[in-house]
Amino acid sequence: MSSIISIKNVEKTYSGGFKALDPVNLEIRQGEILALLGPNGAGKTTLISIICGIVQKSGGKIRVGGFDTEEDYRQTRSMIGLVPQELHTDSFETVWNTVSFSRGLFGKPRNDDHIEKVLRDLSLWEKRNREIMTLSGGMKRRVMIAKALAHEPQVLFLDEPSAGVDVELRKDMWNLVETLRSTGVTIILTTHYIEEAEAIADRIAVIRRGKLLLVEDKGDLMSKLGRKTLLIHLSKSVKSLPETLAKHGLELSEDGMTLTYEYETAGKRTGITSLLSDLSAAGLKFRDIETRQSSLEDIFVGLVSEAA
Amino acid sequence: MNFRAIWAIYKFEMARTKRTIMQSIVSPVISTCLYFVVFGSAIGSRIETVEGVNYGAFIVPGLIMLSLLTQSVTNASFGIYFPKFIGTIYEVLSAPISYMEIVLGYVGAAATKSLMIGVIILFTASFIVPLQISHPLIMALFMVLTAISFALLGFIIGIWADNFEKLQLVPLLVITPLVFLGGSFYSINMLPPVWQTISYFNPVVYLISGFRWSFYEISDVAPLLSLGAVAIFLTVCMSVIAWMFKTGYRLRD
Repeated sequence: MSSIISIKNVEKTYSGGFKALDPVNLEIRQGEILALLGPNGAGKTTLISIICGIVQKSGGKIRVGGFDTEEDYRQTRSMIGLVPQELHTDSFETVWNTVSFSRGLFGKPRNDDHIEKVLRDLSLWEKRNREIMTLSGGMKRRVMIAKALAHEPQVLFLDEPSAGVDVELRKDMWNLVETLRSTGVTIILTTHYIEEAEAIADRIAVIRRGKLLLVEDKGDLMSKLGRKTLLIHLSKSVKSLPETLAKHGLELSEDGMTLTYEYETAGKRTGITSLLSDLSAAGLKFRDIETRQSSLEDIFVGLVSEAA
Repeated sequence: MNFRAIWAIYKFEMARTKRTIMQSIVSPVISTCLYFVVFGSAIGSRIETVEGVNYGAFIVPGLIMLSLLTQSVTNASFGIYFPKFIGTIYEVLSAPISYMEIVLGYVGAAATKSLMIGVIILFTASFIVPLQISHPLIMALFMVLTAISFALLGFIIGIWADNFEKLQLVPLLVITPLVFLGGSFYSINMLPPVWQTISYFNPVVYLISGFRWSFYEISDVAPLLSLGAVAIFLTVCMSVIAWMFKTGYRLRD
């Protein structure tokens, strides 16, 4: 797949001297959903703001759809829609006017049908003549998304889209993201909720203290770094483990009822077969066996603390 | 040129004017009428004429300039400061528009609004005092140039200000004194010689003088000099804005 956004050696030091981005290199593929994961203050918003033209970069090059974000800013910016993290809205404007304003601002001719479609998709159509200040927080978030979609962007940035959003809106939002992706829109979302990335992203990029730690297909990442845990529930409590089981690195629970065995899914030999035969040789009987897959969250926490 | 974007910003700003019609249009008109009562009728009844012109009529150009200047600065500074304050500026900065287009939208709307106020005051005054406009085209030119120049100054203030206090500071501490001391209500010739000299350092003197000349053909300085002063002021403001945008000053860190 060809890349729609190409970020080369982009760095940013704010005027106060704070270094928000170390040289970052990232290729974002056409039509993918990329999740940019990272703790607060990692540089996610800075990176997005630079691509969108809100913040000036200190160095490096960014191309969107083959155009340079500085020299050909008109082309690059008209391809991009941005839903910022904070709810920045004009309180006294109506929903319809503010969304139409966004379309005009991006230089697109008036198209009431498109605006209507966007508002209907976001369940805002009934509220189109309401002043924004009369809307709830969730509705305001929808307005922000509608504004970003008003000019039919090819790339959509969602900065922390689930911050302060209820279940229904989150569901609507993911449906919308799926629909947009099916029409070829590339979506980049930042989040520090890992389940969110796990649920919808194709690829995951992890950023921490302005450094890009990794960019990987979600599936690869999960299987490469994912660890599985095997829990063996014994039928009778044991005080200590027999010597013959020492090589397996088992952990015995305090009540002596459960053995915990960790193994890597990517490894060729998981060691489960020999463990089980050693267990029966030692005369231990078990009641139940369960395995647990580590979630992206565990992987992420592992990564971030490793780099610390 | 992204004309649609300029139009979108202009329309947005004008809609704001419409929503706040009372404070935008009505209150400057009322305060101007008060000036007429105080300076025109109460004091004017004792002065009668200045350089052959009825005192009430003499102060009309000054009053229009007073409103034009303060309104242009306040409208434009508020127009750009407010989106910065509430954060909606992100959209303008991420849109495919040049700095020039941003300025045209915001400053155009601010200048339009203050011109509307200027015309309303002129219209109101025509019922109260004997007005005479000798050079209507030059009068219109002065009004338009002044509105644009001071809206540009307002735009600069709006970008520079990082709190509401700073936003009020310049109009209150700089513009109003300059206009009051700039010959709105008197001719510079009526001052003692020292103050006359000092007055010539006040740029507003040139504006009011030129503007008044287009009405009654009386002036404190040569009309062409007045026009030149406006042109210089316009150029300075545009250069400052160009520099601000080039460096991303207070907009794009």
